Amino acid sequence: MAELTNKERMKIQKHHMTEQEPLARARNFFEVNLGYDLNTAVEEAQRCIQCKNRPCVEGCPVHVNIPGFIKQIELGNYKEAAAILKKDNALPAVCGRVCPQEEQCEIVCTVGKKNAPVAIGYLERWAADWERHNIGLQKPELKPKSGKKVAIVGGGPAGLSCAGDLIQMGHDVVVFEALHEIGGVLMYGIPEFRLPKEIVQAEVEGLREMGVEFRTNQVIGLTDTVDEILKEYDAAFIGVGAGLPYFINIPGEHLNGVYSANEYLTRVNLMKAYNFPNNDTPMFHIMGKSVAVFGGGNTAMDAVRTALRLGAKKAMIIYRRTEKEMPARIEEIKHAKEEGVEFFLLHAPLEFTGTEDGWLSGVKLQEMELGEPDASGRRRPVPIEGAIKDIPIEVAVVAIGNGSNPIISKTTPDLKVNKWGNILVDEKTMKTNKKGVFAGGDIVTGGATVILAMGAGRTAAAAIDEYLKNPDVWLEEKKEAESL
Amino acid sequence: MNKIVEARFLAPDVKLFKITAPKIAEKRKPGQFIILRVHKNGERIPLTIADSSNEDGTITIIVQGIGKTTKHLNTLEAGDEIVDLVGPLGKASHIENFGTAVSIGGGVGTAIAFPTAKGLKEAGNHVISIIGGRTKEFVILENEMKTVCDEVYPTTDDGSYGFHGFVTQKLQQLLDEGRKIDFVLAIGPIPMMKAVAEVTRPYGIQTVVSLNPIMVDGTGMCGGCRALVDDKVVFVCVDGPEFDAHKVDFSVLTKRNRMYLSQEKQSLEEFEHKCKLNAKIMEVANG
Repeated sequence: MAELTNKERMKIQKHHMTEQEPLARARNFFEVNLGYDLNTAVEEAQRCIQCKNRPCVEGCPVHVNIPGFIKQIELGNYKEAAAILKKDNALPAVCGRVCPQEEQCEIVCTVGKKNAPVAIGYLERWAADWERHNIGLQKPELKPKSGKKVAIVGGGPAGLSCAGDLIQMGHDVVVFEALHEIGGVLMYGIPEFRLPKEIVQAEVEGLREMGVEFRTNQVIGLTDTVDEILKEYDAAFIGVGAGLPYFINIPGEHLNGVYSANEYLTRVNLMKAYNFPNNDTPMFHIMGKSVAVFGGGNTAMDAVRTALRLGAKKAMIIYRRTEKEMPARIEEIKHAKEEGVEFFLLHAPLEFTGTEDGWLSGVKLQEMELGEPDASGRRRPVPIEGAIKDIPIEVAVVAIGNGSNPIISKTTPDLKVNKWGNILVDEKTMKTNKKGVFAGGDIVTGGATVILAMGAGRTAAAAIDEYLKNPDVWLEEKKEAESL
Repeated sequence: MNKIVEARFLAPDVKLFKITAPKIAEKRKPGQFIILRVHKNGERIPLTIADSSNEDGTITIIVQGIGKTTKHLNTLEAGDEIVDLVGPLGKASHIENFGTAVSIGGGVGTAIAFPTAKGLKEAGNHVISIIGGRTKEFVILENEMKTVCDEVYPTTDDGSYGFHGFVTQKLQQLLDEGRKIDFVLAIGPIPMMKAVAEVTRPYGIQTVVSLNPIMVDGTGMCGGCRALVDDKVVFVCVDGPEFDAHKVDFSVLTKRNRMYLSQEKQSLEEFEHKCKLNAKIMEVANG
């Protein structure tokens, strides 16, 4: 086959992802996106023109060699494609599903200037799935053992990505996880229909085979403190996530039926309450009920689409701004709409109302309009006087974000945090003020995305590698900083 | 996996377990709890640590079989393993020398009160323990309490043992006798804790209760265990489990604990049905 010219490549139209039919999928927990088949993947790969400046690589928080792996798909070297991916990304099958590619690698794609950008995310997913299904996860080459030991606190995306790099660099890595499963938000937060748990577990298994040791049921700060860990390990990375749910602080939030998104999603995803009573953890009987989810992010979309799958008669998003201001990915909003989710935009909750014996029965909503821009640059919603309505609901899910969990900071008093409890780090290295301790992910940034956390994990891994080679650098740099 | 090294019933449906968990044994302080799962599809339930031993690296929990998980747990024996065990969680009890402290335990609550009573004694308090049970067989840990308290008063609702009446009546009796009481710890069923709070309120005696809401992660991540204390929302798992009894909204706590009543019933019925079937099968198999 003759090599395609760039002109020919530019003419190929983007290949769509096949999906389960909306009305069918809204009632099951199987994955919504079905993935490319081999021919589609190869044809999509042909759309990449292998441009010289590679803006996609820059756009990727973990700097995956995107043109490199796509070229290998086009050439039919699928194993090599997966190997290239894994060099930079510990969890490619996960990222191919949950990364916001449309605002990272794909938005800057050169092909995208004239046509739709190359479907980088779909190809990443395809290559990772191909490896897992056809040859099993291959072990990348590991550097000789350094004899150094690193503790990773938190088995979520930041920690796993950090662990994946460090183990390849030849260090011993132990991951401490508070819950009984590894994966953090990938296990308890993101639903099965968007990210099947067996994929997370397979990628975690891959890291285990590379030599990463996982210890579940370890709450660092309580089971062991950071200082105790530092006695046994040469360095530590803290990636414990945000993990302290915000409530709206309106009357009636203690009523039965009001959940934080964290609790609601943890019950369904981690504890598999949708499979009750085969799994012991119960869930409110959502079948035939009205469910309102408060918030406009990906978590809110996950929660509301989960409600449909649990049999809700009515599933609503209630958001105080407009769709344009919603932080959720466009694809998630689109999927939610297709599945029959109702959107109450420019509505803010005032009060939850309940029955005498403590069950949620409704919510009082204030209609809003957009006013002047606020500090975030978004137009501030302001109440329309007198426009108040009552909506009957039996379940409410509050998905308005997370603060930082204080367990680590309270038990590590010399670790510097800001007034919100986020750990302060040097952004180039993810170093904290405490010698040998690095941090990244939501505990540093506040609630963000899986891939940003993974990017932080990688940055930290590189800095940890440097530090392990020369721990004195830390002190010298500190002296320098103090003399400034 | 954590191995059970000792398992024995203290009262009907109330079983004591010693479980190997050296790290937790070393770290735990009175008032703290663990979360465990009994099988891989199991739920996470919180249980207060009743005692621990650094020498053999074990913790002691005392479990009342009420729902499926606790009944399942109570079928386990020495040599069996607990799939998941995490801790120590929550804040430790606030212990100081108050003067005279009364520890009140209702039913299995006595097991939860035990480590704090011990701590109060070690801090120099004169400790009085009131142990409540419906009948004599439900009065637990009397001998253990005697080793760490200055006075121990068992009470039974039916008068089959010790003082005839509720724990609150015994407490009231002590107050009526003019005993100077500086601190009260009350742990047991919600109605009991609420009643104790009402007894001590007019006297202005500092009173602490340990709350037992439904939890999932136990690290502050889900907010399922939230309660109203002093009209403010608290997360019992990280802000507690012990709170000022005079400020706790017991009505909200009671209602929230009923959240999954119908599911809990269904789960328990299926479990008991399965147990009966298994017993039948064993009977048939054994001829």
